[in-house]
Amino acid sequence: MSFNTKDNSKLLVLGIESSCDETAASVVRGCREVLSNVIYSQIDLHTIYGGVVPEIASRGHIEKINQVVKSALDEAKVSLKDIDAIAVTYGPGLVGALLVGVAHAKALGWAAGIPVVGVNHIEGHICANYIDNISLEPPFMCLVASGGHSHLVNVEDYGKYEIIARTRDDAAGEAFDKVARAIGLGYPGGPKIDREARNGNPDAISFPRANVRENEYDFSFSGLKSAVLNYLNACNMKGESFDVADVAASFQSAAIDILVGHSMQAAADRGVKKFAIAGGVASNSALRQALENECEKREIEFMKPSPVYCTDNAAMIGVAGSYEYNLGYRSDLTLNAVPNLSIGKREGVSKKS
Amino acid sequence: MKILAIDSSGLVASAAIWEGELPANEGRILAVSSTDYKKTHSQTLLPMIDHLCRDTDCKADDFDAVAVSVGPGSFTGLRIGSATAKAIALVSDIPVIEVPTLMGLAYNFWGSDRLVCPLMDARRNQVYTGLYAFENGDMVTVKDQTATGLDEILDAVRKECEKKCKGVIFLGDGADAYREEIKKLADFDHVFAPPHLNRQDASGVAVIAAGMYREGKTVSADDHKPVYLRTSQAEREGAKNFDLRSVNS
Repeated sequence: MSFNTKDNSKLLVLGIESSCDETAASVVRGCREVLSNVIYSQIDLHTIYGGVVPEIASRGHIEKINQVVKSALDEAKVSLKDIDAIAVTYGPGLVGALLVGVAHAKALGWAAGIPVVGVNHIEGHICANYIDNISLEPPFMCLVASGGHSHLVNVEDYGKYEIIARTRDDAAGEAFDKVARAIGLGYPGGPKIDREARNGNPDAISFPRANVRENEYDFSFSGLKSAVLNYLNACNMKGESFDVADVAASFQSAAIDILVGHSMQAAADRGVKKFAIAGGVASNSALRQALENECEKREIEFMKPSPVYCTDNAAMIGVAGSYEYNLGYRSDLTLNAVPNLSIGKREGVSKKS
Repeated sequence: MKILAIDSSGLVASAAIWEGELPANEGRILAVSSTDYKKTHSQTLLPMIDHLCRDTDCKADDFDAVAVSVGPGSFTGLRIGSATAKAIALVSDIPVIEVPTLMGLAYNFWGSDRLVCPLMDARRNQVYTGLYAFENGDMVTVKDQTATGLDEILDAVRKECEKKCKGVIFLGDGADAYREEIKKLADFDHVFAPPHLNRQDASGVAVIAAGMYREGKTVSADDHKPVYLRTSQAEREGAKNFDLRSVNS
């Protein structure tokens, strides 16, 4: 790849992220060095509803966006006039939430005379791997698993992605949230199940590991989720209590088997040498361990971001945006939120002529 | 001094640049633009501001304040205007002036000897509305902006008409949506606004804002947020009754 605009090592990019319930801003230098990573989490506002309420999330973003952006600049000890580009998440995500970040970033860029580039949130998650794994270069395969997404992606090059598998129904994180709610652990389900499962027996209950017929790599979690709910129902009908830790451990074990099994099958079929994970579910300790073990067996180099870069953050958007910027991509003043943006697709982001 | 004014509270995207000197009250509108088209404010508002600035050789740091029609209105529309205003004000280190949306809309009929009743369709059988009058060239708020039923605001107008007023002007997208109903229910002298005065217009927002700026009625860009006059569906229904699937699916 070529860096035609500026000496790559000095490039300063301000990242802005507001696709769900975190208002975040970050300054990234030289594509991978995180100078600041400010996250304002609204999780307490949403917990009582058992999930993210879009309107409450959007209201939270507009109240905090200026403070978050200013903190990111302050912590990085830079001012706006030092910034070479502003990278902003424009999809996928909640449309009202995305629009706050997009409108803010565009006006910031317009007023300060800084180019803006729209970034795909999922590609951001994948690029989080570049932060902690400084020698990582494409090509590699990446499992993206979060509350809204489950994808197996082949990262062919910077800015070039091929989807190998997706979920047919629930996202992995969604299944964690639903099961956590059903066994009384509450929201957010991922970290709560992760913790509870450590005290349980993963072989206590046998839950199904579903395969999808048409595409052997695709994921399906709804059957697993239903099996857990049926098990709980059956216990209730019989007037028996169930062991929360055992259910959590057995469910998690099945979910991880699906994620790891499909990942390793695809990696083997394609002769992958490097494998990475990304997204909120990638901070699950059992999943990280399982993938690490399986990759080691197959002599595949395994990479993972620090947990702080797995959950939603703007550093990953700054990193992804830095590479998009270096490839010549820019967005104009009409950049819009694209709530269903696909991996590897660009809408309102094009090469500067 | 210069003020950039924005109104994205409804279907119209509108922006204007006011220029004048303090304390003189005379100022002028350097440029104004409004678009009532199906594109989202996210696609129209900032290009419009850019266009106005190019036409008048203005830069972001020429502005002394950003005025924004603060709400009520479309939640998303309000936030696009607010996010734009907050970012411009952040860069230029200037304050934000929060102009009540219904006041801005009523200002279209500055000087009228009729009562002015702006109506915005708020869905769920409600309108965002208020009542305004002009006395010796000054705008007087007869009833502050609120979310209410059409019957309630018509009752309020009727009471005012019984007291003294010379009839009422209805305007706004709510006046269009409820025109037949108003015609049926309004047993007092009333007229409807013609199209060129019937929608949000940032030039009126700018003039009101200049007056507010003079009085020191500004807020910091960081603190500025829209006025919704309504809680979210989740908050209205409460955590026990609210079903997330109703909004996420």
